[in-house]
Amino acid sequence: MGKTDNDAQDNSDEPLAPADTPAMQRILDNPFLLLFIGVTMPTVLYLLWGVMEVASIPVAY
Amino acid sequence: MTAIEIGHIGTSGAQYQYRTCKFTGRRVERSAELLIRANAVAAVVFLAVGGLFGLLVALTRWPAVQLLPADWFYLVLTGHGANVLLFWIIFFEIALLYFASAVILGSRIATPKFAWLGFLLMIVGAVMANYAVLKGDSTVMFTSYPPMLAEHWFYLSLILFAVGALIGVIVFFATLVVAKAENTYNGSVPLVTFGAITAAIIAVFTLASGAIILVPTWLWSLGLISGIDTLMYKIVWWGMGHSSQQINVAAHISIWYAIAAMTVGAKPLSEKVSRFAFLMYILFLQLASAHHLLAEPGLSSAWKIVNTSYMMYLAVMASMIHGLTVPGAVEAAQRRNGYTRGWFEWLTKAPWGNPAFSGMFMSLVMFGFIGGITGVILGTEQLNVLMHNTIYVPGHFHGTVVAGTTLAFMAMTYIVVPLIFQRDIILPGLAKWQPYIFGLGAGGISLFMMGAGTLGVPRRHWDIAMTDAANAYEFSPAAYLMMGLNGISAIFAATGGLLFVLLIVGSVLFGRRLDVPGAKLNFPLHDDSKVVSQYGSEATFKLPGTVTLVTIFFLTFILYYFVNWKYLSEIWQFN
Amino acid sequence: MAINAPTNRLWWKEPIHSIELGWIIIAFLWGLFMFFFMIAWHFIGDQNLSTETYRITTDQFQEKVEAFADEYAVKDANGEAVEINGTPLVAPPVGGDVYILGRLWEWWPAIELKKGQSYRFHISSVDWQHGFSLQPVNINLSVHPGLEHVLTLTPTKAGEYGIVCNEFCGIGHHTMSGVIRVVE
Ligand code: HEM
Ligand SMILES: [Cu+2]
Ligand SMILES: [Cu+2]
Repeated sequence: MGKTDNDAQDNSDEPLAPADTPAMQRILDNPFLLLFIGVTMPTVLYLLWGVMEVASIPVAY
Repeated sequence: MTAIEIGHIGTSGAQYQYRTCKFTGRRVERSAELLIRANAVAAVVFLAVGGLFGLLVALTRWPAVQLLPADWFYLVLTGHGANVLLFWIIFFEIALLYFASAVILGSRIATPKFAWLGFLLMIVGAVMANYAVLKGDSTVMFTSYPPMLAEHWFYLSLILFAVGALIGVIVFFATLVVAKAENTYNGSVPLVTFGAITAAIIAVFTLASGAIILVPTWLWSLGLISGIDTLMYKIVWWGMGHSSQQINVAAHISIWYAIAAMTVGAKPLSEKVSRFAFLMYILFLQLASAHHLLAEPGLSSAWKIVNTSYMMYLAVMASMIHGLTVPGAVEAAQRRNGYTRGWFEWLTKAPWGNPAFSGMFMSLVMFGFIGGITGVILGTEQLNVLMHNTIYVPGHFHGTVVAGTTLAFMAMTYIVVPLIFQRDIILPGLAKWQPYIFGLGAGGISLFMMGAGTLGVPRRHWDIAMTDAANAYEFSPAAYLMMGLNGISAIFAATGGLLFVLLIVGSVLFGRRLDVPGAKLNFPLHDDSKVVSQYGSEATFKLPGTVTLVTIFFLTFILYYFVNWKYLSEIWQFN
Repeated sequence: MAINAPTNRLWWKEPIHSIELGWIIIAFLWGLFMFFFMIAWHFIGDQNLSTETYRITTDQFQEKVEAFADEYAVKDANGEAVEINGTPLVAPPVGGDVYILGRLWEWWPAIELKKGQSYRFHISSVDWQHGFSLQPVNINLSVHPGLEHVLTLTPTKAGEYGIVCNEFCGIGHHTMSGVIRVVE
């Protein structure tokens, strides 16, 4: 049973072939990819950017 | 007994000891079960200690009572924060991670010896922290802002605890790998496990931030480093301090879904939507650490706005989605269970006598209305200045972490004890009332502390009469009233908390054994939890009750948001 | 069930139900509104926290505050310095700089301002972190040793205002206080 994009229902027990799975579902099924982006985002936007702001506070005199 | 070879992936079978749960049909592996038990017991013990401290704090802040002397008040407050926020919550979360990986996926737990090492480190850390605090030279609040200095044991204890917790998180991820390799499930992981993955990802960032800041601070306390930049400390510390609250959010939302499934047979309205919402958490939720830094000097408005808004409030959107899909799933399931009359029969005929369900639903409502809305207000760059460090802030987070997370965790415990300890809940007639008593108290302390905060009452403050101050500021009588009502609510919360501890400890020790044939649960699970539910055609569901609830929520949100802007626009000008 | 694997393994391809979709759109738009409102307030609002900050040693800051207090000290008819409960009262010129420091356990000195006039406040600490909490106005700021925070304040009502400390700063935290007096 070849799957097309309209094949919305799949309850079988066979392992899913990667090609059948929507890309977004494959991303959400990959905890380590999620781990990577979930750590990178706050590290860059919050930590690194924040630390740079503190480092660039000018000296009064 | 539990013969376990570390790293022996792929050789399932004889080597690992499994049983089949007769209530859910799940395979439960022995060492996973023992680890869950150990972590859950530790969690409850620290809740008992921390909850007692909380009561003492609240009674001291009741101006007419002022129970403790000042030095003890600040000491006990430090202990309260550490025991409940760190130890109770994180022990429970580790138990939850093991549950959501090993039990829900029907897998063995990866590297149990390593997991026990993590547990041991957490216990040592937690006990050492209590020792350091009670000794009296680490009264620095659990935030320990420099240049105020605690004894070096205090920082070391937190580092040990964090390392132990990190080990737990690693074991969780390793268990996912094992389950996948051993094909214990088919397709995608269940939604609850996905929520737990979200929590675990946030935990990695949380614990890493903790390490980055606590290790140098510890070295400083040993005299090996000359100083710690106060603002840098706050940024990185809140990367841990606030993100750990986001672990809670992901964890208790997973619990909402789990309890809805197990008590009324709810199925997510849409896997896609709920998982998408969790993805928004993974991406953006942790940025909210900036909530604590909106009143700081030296940080640009651009940094504040981007971070405090979780990147345009995409994580708030995610929370609002869960706020619809959880009650929506309950409503859809209840309608399928036959409660179809009117808009609200599904709700009025819900199992309100089951503490797992009632706790879950109150957690959902109070987290949304009290914790959620006020969190967004507090996290608005300009509005924060109205409330920063007033007792409004503890008011807000008792709405999130007590009325929300703690109540959800308590509710889950009523399921964990029968399923994992295989002991039934004792005194069901009393257990039925526990979530209401605790919920009432938790809601009360949240609201009254927020009320007092609006009137300017500072947090972490022994004496708002400022008796020994040179230029005492006189707070309004309403502020005193609020702090008194807070004290009364605290008695309710503490009673509910004590009841919980007694019921759970009693059940674990003396509850009727459930590993005998024919045993029945005092609080039965929904039948469908045995089988993969196929219910209904989601394409046609109607959820008038849920739509009404979220509409009320949304209007409250908007109203309260603008009330605060109005208030802000009327005060002194500053820029 | 949320505790079982999705029944439809290709769940990403399922259509989203209209109730959910509608709510997602509402939540998204409301989020956008709140985001842009924060930015807009920087242009339309009169209450935005300044981010102007300098690094300064605690000694340097203390010197500045003392020089400021000497220069603008309020004197009574006999030429004696006026004190409020032991704290010297200082009246800076309209539009001028105001220096105020937090230390264990007081806000120093006491300040007299004119209603409706703007002043450049310089706030810092000389020991631990403190919380500058102006009451009953309810303006609450974090104060760090080593960081001089500069902001413009315009009192809009006359009266006697208190400064409380709302960052835990040791055993005397609850006695830390200060005064700002606003005259017509
Ligand atoms: C018996 C139940 C509880 C009562 C009566 C209670 C009461 C209080 C009170 C009155 C404060 C002090 C506010 C202040 O002076 O600044 C406080 C602080 C706090 N509470 Fe609770 N609480 C309870 C349970 C919890 C739980 C279960 C948690 C966490 C899961 C929690 C987390 C915190 C935290 C983090 C603080 C702040 C500590 C600090 O400022 O350093 N509380 N609580
Ligand atoms: Cu202070
Ligand atoms: Cu203080």
